[in-house]
Amino acid sequence: MKKDEIPQDYSALVNHFRELCYAKDQDGKYTTGLSTGWEVKTVALEQAWEEIKLRIEETLEEIRKGHKTPLAYFMELRLMDSKLLSKYAGIWHFKVKRHLNKPEVFRKLDSKTIQKYAQALDITAEDLTQFNKA
Amino acid sequence: MKTNFEHHQAAHCENGVTSNLFQFYGLNLSEPMVFGIGGGIFFMHLPFIKVNNAPGTTFRPMPGTIFKRNASYFGIKYKRLTFNSPEKAQKKLDEMLEQGKPVGLQVGVFHLPYFPVEYRFHFNAHNIVVFGKEGNSYLISDPVMETTTTITEEELTRVRFAKGAFAPKGQMYYPESIPHISDDKIRGGIKKGIKHSAFFMNAPGPIIGVNGIRYISKKVRGYKEKLGDRKAGLYLGQLVRMQEEIGTGGGGFRYLHAAFLEEAYGYIPNEDLLRLSEQFTKSGDLWRQFASQAAAIYRGRITTQEAFDQAADILLEVAEIEKQAFRKSAKLKF
Repeated sequence: MKKDEIPQDYSALVNHFRELCYAKDQDGKYTTGLSTGWEVKTVALEQAWEEIKLRIEETLEEIRKGHKTPLAYFMELRLMDSKLLSKYAGIWHFKVKRHLNKPEVFRKLDSKTIQKYAQALDITAEDLTQFNKA
Repeated sequence: MKTNFEHHQAAHCENGVTSNLFQFYGLNLSEPMVFGIGGGIFFMHLPFIKVNNAPGTTFRPMPGTIFKRNASYFGIKYKRLTFNSPEKAQKKLDEMLEQGKPVGLQVGVFHLPYFPVEYRFHFNAHNIVVFGKEGNSYLISDPVMETTTTITEEELTRVRFAKGAFAPKGQMYYPESIPHISDDKIRGGIKKGIKHSAFFMNAPGPIIGVNGIRYISKKVRGYKEKLGDRKAGLYLGQLVRMQEEIGTGGGGFRYLHAAFLEEAYGYIPNEDLLRLSEQFTKSGDLWRQFASQAAAIYRGRITTQEAFDQAADILLEVAEIEKQAFRKSAKLKF
């Protein structure tokens, strides 16, 4: 790649910083240049986020059907899986799985456990107990 | 308090931290040099390990490798500490800064406040340098950024104790002292780095090195039939992100490696180094060509089998160039 070919497309980095690329100068020697982004990557990243949004929508549908709990929604929102949520909340994985998939178990959770989840997910306890997004 | 640490932007965080910390102790090695001596060029495809629901691909060795190889080769004494308690982690950090010593930290990016939200995934092997503290704020040199920044005590603790794969556990590392490094020693490091990366890229088995590139080519050819357009697009998108996203300097580190070989020629005037550098530039260009071709597919513009075949063919070409280049690297006589 030549230095003047370093792409300057729109990306999520705009307004934050430009990234450093290695490219050749006019004499064919390596140098560095800054890039605001490359469309090829921007689309790949957007696509990854669309996939996440889709998963969140699917989770909401599952919650409506009573197959999943509000906890599952926030877990997806924070890009976590049950293992990671278990680590952040400090709750056994097998328990987390029950809290994600069994609404009747989730409803009976004590406030201490709810608080642990709320903290791990950067939300309030009410977000979990008075869930109204589904 | 503030140490007289100098921030230099780098393509990749670990190279940047290593190069910048070394420079603080008087050892001037550019990013490409640190990368090359650390044997940073790599490839591995992990079809069974899913990252964000797509198979994992890596263009770099395990996190921490580049710093470790450089330090051990140059006989640099360094400390790498992990902590059980955030309080102790912060106390130790403050002590170091009071002594005027900047330190490297491994952090998670999900809670990193100065990163754009779109980039904040649960990736825990990011590296930064803390080089001072003012009131409640730490002065941060994040090598991938143009300038330095600050974050609060609470924010730093949070990213130092991120959870999940590669959990940093407050990890902190710093050179204790750096001996005088002669040009001869650097020449030795260059040779070692070249042989090191050649060894792994020439490795037997299907998933590592040049064979791995051939393997992914075969996979890409079959994506359409096996996965359908949507999933195939996702897999390709993930591959392109691993190859090009902040950190690789373009072309899956191939340009960085080429820049290293060119700089190495300044130390060892062997024409083969320049020829190899050319080959890796070509390989980097091809990797980027592959990314463009993949993008045409995942944007849904052209999703014919022919498009997949073209992408796979580019990868085969990459594999062929790199096969020759790494064989030559392994046999290189200095």
